[in-house]
Amino acid sequence: MRKTVLDIDNLSLEFPVYKGTVSAVNRVSLHVQEGEIVGIVGESGSAKSVTAMTAMRLLPSESFRIRSGRITLLGQDMLALSEQKLASMRGRDVAMIFQEPLTALNPTKKVGAQMLGVIRLHTKLSEREARLHAIKLLTDMRINDAEEILERYPFELSGGMRQRILIGLAFACSPKLLIADEPTTALDVTVQKQVLQLLRQKARELNTAILFISHDLAVVSQFCDRLYVMYAGSVVETGPTREVLGAPKHPYTQALIRALPESAAPGQPLRSIRGVVPNLTDMPTGCAFRERCDSAFEACSAIPPLFSLDEDNRASACWLCEKEHAA
Amino acid sequence: MAEAQSTAKRSRFDFGYFGYQLKRSPLTMVGLIMVVLVLIVVIFAPVFATHDPNAIDLRARLAPPSMAHFFGTDEVGRDIYSRILFGGRQSIAVGFFVVFLAGLTGTVLGALSGLIGGRTDTVIMRLMDVVLSVPSLALILALAAALGPSLVNAALAIAIVRIPFYVRLVRGQALIVREMAYVKAAHTFRAGRLHILRWHILPNTLSPVIVQGTLDLGSTILLASALSFIGLGAQQPTAEWGAMVATGRNYILDQWWYSGFPGFAILFTATGFNLFGDGVRDMLDPRQKAR
Amino acid sequence: MQYLNVIRKRLLFLALVVVGVSMITFAISHLIPGDPAMLVAGDRATPEIVERVREDMGLNKPLPEQYWIYLKGILSGDLGTSLRTRRPVAEDLKLYFPATMELALVALMLATAVGVPLGVASAVWRDKPIDHLVRALAVTGISTPAFWLGLLLIVLFYGDLGILPGGGRINPDIPRPPTITGFLLIDSLLAGDMTAFTSALRHIILPALTLGFVHLGVVARQIRSAMLEELQQDYVRTARANGLSRRSVIFREALPNALIPSVTVMGLALGDLLYGAVLTETVFAWPGMGAYVVNSIQALDFPAVMGFTVVVSFAYVLVNLAVDLLYMVIDPRIRSVN
Repeated sequence: MRKTVLDIDNLSLEFPVYKGTVSAVNRVSLHVQEGEIVGIVGESGSAKSVTAMTAMRLLPSESFRIRSGRITLLGQDMLALSEQKLASMRGRDVAMIFQEPLTALNPTKKVGAQMLGVIRLHTKLSEREARLHAIKLLTDMRINDAEEILERYPFELSGGMRQRILIGLAFACSPKLLIADEPTTALDVTVQKQVLQLLRQKARELNTAILFISHDLAVVSQFCDRLYVMYAGSVVETGPTREVLGAPKHPYTQALIRALPESAAPGQPLRSIRGVVPNLTDMPTGCAFRERCDSAFEACSAIPPLFSLDEDNRASACWLCEKEHAA
Repeated sequence: MAEAQSTAKRSRFDFGYFGYQLKRSPLTMVGLIMVVLVLIVVIFAPVFATHDPNAIDLRARLAPPSMAHFFGTDEVGRDIYSRILFGGRQSIAVGFFVVFLAGLTGTVLGALSGLIGGRTDTVIMRLMDVVLSVPSLALILALAAALGPSLVNAALAIAIVRIPFYVRLVRGQALIVREMAYVKAAHTFRAGRLHILRWHILPNTLSPVIVQGTLDLGSTILLASALSFIGLGAQQPTAEWGAMVATGRNYILDQWWYSGFPGFAILFTATGFNLFGDGVRDMLDPRQKAR
Repeated sequence: MQYLNVIRKRLLFLALVVVGVSMITFAISHLIPGDPAMLVAGDRATPEIVERVREDMGLNKPLPEQYWIYLKGILSGDLGTSLRTRRPVAEDLKLYFPATMELALVALMLATAVGVPLGVASAVWRDKPIDHLVRALAVTGISTPAFWLGLLLIVLFYGDLGILPGGGRINPDIPRPPTITGFLLIDSLLAGDMTAFTSALRHIILPALTLGFVHLGVVARQIRSAMLEELQQDYVRTARANGLSRRSVIFREALPNALIPSVTVMGLALGDLLYGAVLTETVFAWPGMGAYVVNSIQALDFPAVMGFTVVVSFAYVLVNLAVDLLYMVIDPRIRSVN
């Protein structure tokens, strides 16, 4: 059986606002196994990034409070670790890349200095060896003139180039898990494909698991083995990508798929989901999707649990599923 | 749940969002309290004063602080405590006078500059550039010296130097507002420039001008007292804080209280206005608030 | 390329300042109530003498011509003659300039040495007690009347404790080291004269503390806001995600970048430093330009006051030119454009 790399169990997060606190994440459970590529999909505001960043304890502690739950990464209880221990794990055992490659590198330091700094932080390599390692990482990312790139400042490079540098750097210490937060959203479509390919290739090579966060179902469907669909801070559906997208159980997932351009019949208008994601300060009682859902009924005024469905890891948080079971 | 809890904890005095911001920023609260305190004391100076601020008592010259004279007396036996209370009227009046004058002139010039544009704009802005290119203190000294020593002239000098800041502020706003759809619509309905100025530009510039003004109050009070200290502001026998520190300087080694208390009054007042001004800016400036 | 552009732009601005400042001071000189010729000639001069003085000073010529003469004078370094010292104003200012510079630089060093760490701490522990403390201290700094703080320090360290001198730049009884830089601290060291150095050092402590405290607020506030800006940048998040320690993130990543914009602000804040210097010098009888201009004001010596205004304005533009160039050296983003 494969080892579990990341296990988030029943995580709830809140943050303070004018007059009180609001819940940003509600009882989210998810896990990632060795070498697996797992996606988190949802609209903006579904707290998918917040969830992922919490796994690395990257959120500023003063703005977010963990109300309940456990996070286990490589057997370590991430909520109990000291900041020092956390820092030594970040970049070595678990790495992260972000959406905005243009601003993700220090603008006043050369690429080489930034890469070498990270590599030498986690390894015992000499200056020269670290340099060779950096060049290898960049070359693996299909950067031809790697040696020259090391001498450049970030603002001299394109967005796609910078993202490839960041991905290369993320793989520097062969991490067990890579968290990728919309890594291709800011890139051109052509560059997007290439970057995803490089990402998958390198991950397979190093047996690195990827937690891939995206709002783009099309990208996720090609890239991920397994999916979590998030809505307004909760996981609403999960399962193997094929099954979640092929036979969605939750009305929200179904609506997301209907809203895809590909699923509209020729000549038919696109079907967007009516309404908007509810404001965190003003959530409906019960199921968060209730007010936008076409199949809502009385039971929906209570919060639905995640109903386990038959096959492996398949689950959906909708009262309809319970009905189905009962029937 | 969280909602209910916070509602229960809400105090009877609910200042809404303003109150919430104040609570989050204790320094602003402290500043507000200091400002209110100073204003009360200064407005009701006759009530709080124990002596006539200008009453000379040659038997009690340079007396140390005591129950009879809280902050001691000066070289002709005037009560320093009472003089500080009345002296505050000068300092605070100067502060508001400068901010009002500079704010008003700056707003008018800035609005004209932004609204009319073209040559008027160029002339006004070049003029402001020249004023800004001179370090403000040098210009204030030159102006105040030329106008002659008096508190009003010192205030005028400070006001003139502060005008360009308001002009830039208002002009920037006017340029933005001018491009807004509803103003363009007003234009097509042949609304006059005055109408646009009155109904669209002025309301939009009011809040940044007030923020700038609040921020300016503290430094103006400080600057005016400094000018008085070097003899360019209030003249004898007017009770004014800077001037009192200056005369007290002659007795500083033996009668520290003479300069000490008026100087502390300046520090207290300027700190209060600066703390409050910073707080008001943080509340109204969305960029700052986002941090 | 870029350097040249900046220099060209600044020099163009300098020309604007020359014209602007000279017009302002010229206008002010003509606004002054009273007859300059009478002031120069003295109270007991006969009308004929006053008339001759007026002729000599060119006061009979039409205003544009008078301005032209005045402007030419400024450009050739002629700022007129002081009514008080009867010496050329330019000579006087040259004499007092090093003292002011020395005081301002020492104060700036003190303010930076204390203000930068405080500003960083304030930003890093934002909204924590230390942040409130630093911000309160900074606001107190900029709200402190320098002249009053100076007096209190004199009372304490000179009057009560008697451990530091109450004014002046150096003990007048000891021979002054030969002038090389004009900075007594450096000149005495160059001459190997430890007595003079100690005396100069003891004299500069209180005025530098006074001026430094006022400037401390400016520095701490600027660093705090620049650090807050940097700490929320994406690259800081990347650095943390890559395992850099909190300390490295703050001091190696964010702080250098926060210092870049601060350099500009510090250049602009030099005007504030000058303001403090005028008052500090007056209180400590520090023989610099500030004390000179205050004495001139009190003596109604307008040529000296206007000369001071002109010189200070030029210095301001030149300092900002230097700051711009420095900015380009330390910020690669600007350096490599074009």
